[in-house]
Amino acid sequence: MTKPKTTRFDTLTLHAGARPDPATGARATPIYQSASFVFRDSDHAAALFNMERAGHVYSRISNPTCAVLEERISALEDGVGAIAVASGQAALHLAIVTLMGAGSHIVASRSLYGGSHNLLDFTLPRFGIETTFVDPRDLDAWRGAIRPSTRLLFGETLGNPGLEVLDIPRVAELAHVHGLPLLVDSTFTTPYLMRPFELGADLVVHSATKFLSGHGVVIGGLVVDGGRFDWHGAGGSAAKFPTLTEPYAGFHDMVFAEESTTAAFLLRARREGIRDFGACMAPMTAFQILQGIETLPLRMQRHIDNTRKIVAFLAAHAMVESVGYPELSQHPDHALAKQMLPLGCGAVFSFSIRGTREQGRRFIESLRIFSHLANVGDAKSLVIHPASTTHFRVSAEDLRAAGITEGTIRLSVGLEDPEDLIEDLSRALHAAGKA
Amino acid sequence: MHCAVSGNSVYAYTGARRFDAALPTLVFVHGAANDHSVWLLQARYFAHHGRNVFAVDLPGHGRSGGEPPVSVEAAAAWLMMLIDTLHVPRVGLVGHSLGALIVLEAAARHPQRATQLALLGPAVPMPVADVLLDAARTNDHLAYELITGWSFSARDQLGGNPLPGVWMLGNAMRLMERSRPGVLYTDLLACHRYGGGLSAAGSVRCPALLLLGERDLMAPAKNAAALIAALADRRVVTVPDCGHSLMTEAPDAVVDALRDFLPVAT
Repeated sequence: MTKPKTTRFDTLTLHAGARPDPATGARATPIYQSASFVFRDSDHAAALFNMERAGHVYSRISNPTCAVLEERISALEDGVGAIAVASGQAALHLAIVTLMGAGSHIVASRSLYGGSHNLLDFTLPRFGIETTFVDPRDLDAWRGAIRPSTRLLFGETLGNPGLEVLDIPRVAELAHVHGLPLLVDSTFTTPYLMRPFELGADLVVHSATKFLSGHGVVIGGLVVDGGRFDWHGAGGSAAKFPTLTEPYAGFHDMVFAEESTTAAFLLRARREGIRDFGACMAPMTAFQILQGIETLPLRMQRHIDNTRKIVAFLAAHAMVESVGYPELSQHPDHALAKQMLPLGCGAVFSFSIRGTREQGRRFIESLRIFSHLANVGDAKSLVIHPASTTHFRVSAEDLRAAGITEGTIRLSVGLEDPEDLIEDLSRALHAAGKA
Repeated sequence: MHCAVSGNSVYAYTGARRFDAALPTLVFVHGAANDHSVWLLQARYFAHHGRNVFAVDLPGHGRSGGEPPVSVEAAAAWLMMLIDTLHVPRVGLVGHSLGALIVLEAAARHPQRATQLALLGPAVPMPVADVLLDAARTNDHLAYELITGWSFSARDQLGGNPLPGVWMLGNAMRLMERSRPGVLYTDLLACHRYGGGLSAAGSVRCPALLLLGERDLMAPAKNAAALIAALADRRVVTVPDCGHSLMTEAPDAVVDALRDFLPVAT
């Protein structure tokens, strides 16, 4: 017997989780636009409801099109499974509420997407979940912020917008020493650039709205379980996660960590979080994200190639004060990025132009190809001013700490001809200089 | 639930149901470097359909203490000690792969105790490839990769799990990775060295079900032919397009076959 062939990444982006439709032979994944699914008989119905049989009941809980997407992202991340949800925000919320309730605490990187920051800093405290924000580069700060009530460490693979590279192996090791899981938001990197589970992370969330779908046409999120964390507590953590290790009255006293050794988190998230909070993904959305993932390797490589050219152009421009991209030697995480992101550091980065806020405004409004909007990871190039938009609720102190100034401009580099993009930026910088 | 056998803690999944002495009892036994959770759907189904269920973690596996049994015979002896501890006079025995050999041996040794015997992915003999044994002996991750590669049919290597949202290959790999160093090698060696399968089959007195995966590469269906011939009262069900991981690849087909073989109160 020879070693079985393992399916490679690029092939998995096209095939994982899918097979020709058994009913029709359709090769593309069908959009199962159905709220519910017919039971074979009464026993089958009861068995599906009680998780004694595999299958779909109601599309809030699971749906065949969404299930293909869930398997595909799991295969690409080398996880055990996933849940597709309504948005990246819903993914983060689902991960958190599956693990903890009032009285719990999170330690999070302070360099987060503004929406994540809002959830952690303003909204969850109302429900009794507190967060301490730390400098993602400061391991002592992570360590010092952990309390007896801490249930989760959370950061982004690449911080937003400063592109702080999260040192996943070291933060994960710290988390595990304390019997805690590490959740990372891998939206900016996608599994093409980094597979966080291989580096020690336990859970991954994506805003699939971004590079995974890749065309700026849907809102969706994914929660992926790496399947390695021992919720039952080889390290004494059983009491930390009663949602997974104690009987749940809301599902016939199911003890999720007994039911599934590897996927207890996912079971609870599906049997409670999606069921009760209801932020499910629509099958049409799942289909569009699947279409995007089919070209993920091709698109990500082009995103990276274009980004490198634009970074080089901006870094040499007289109107540009600084460029924050980890592949540049002056970036604080340059060495770490070379180690953890050898294929590239993504296609979203920030730079600062010299001059006033008015000059910044003139720059953005002079762009013709870059679209001024709040999103990243589109096939089209995008631009935004974080201090007045995505991060406008963040205090001035926290903005400084996150490396955001009045002059900071964030680009999401698309798939256009790089020369056209450079010409667009050049024209806008010239206009800003004259303002 | 936990109990103790020979001074070691034993875990068995019961579907969160209390034992009812009035109901028949099923014992599920997993395969190499696995644990009770491979029976996720099947054990839960029968626990909620008129059976007491004990889906055990073998010694040294999952949540059970002790060392993994070094032979199929030793595992069968342990299994009967467990059943004695549970004070269950007669049981239906269900096993997968290594677990199939264990329940076969147990049913042969104690024909008066076994009411039915269900063997999933069995082969007699069950030789293990040298490359796999060598990798397992050195706790090389290659062993898990080989098993994962051989345990799912070519179709299922790309997914399509009937259980929504779970990536079968990743889940199988992660479960084996959780086993303690040396456990997989001990288990595989027990399979490899077990020479009493046909003799045991001849001693079985209860009805037997053999559930075979049509595309099984770990224990090819043709390798069960002698076993089938040696069992006096047997039924054979072959699951189309299915590999060795029957409970995962075809959970409904497994439940249906077991339900037909083990009539349940609904």
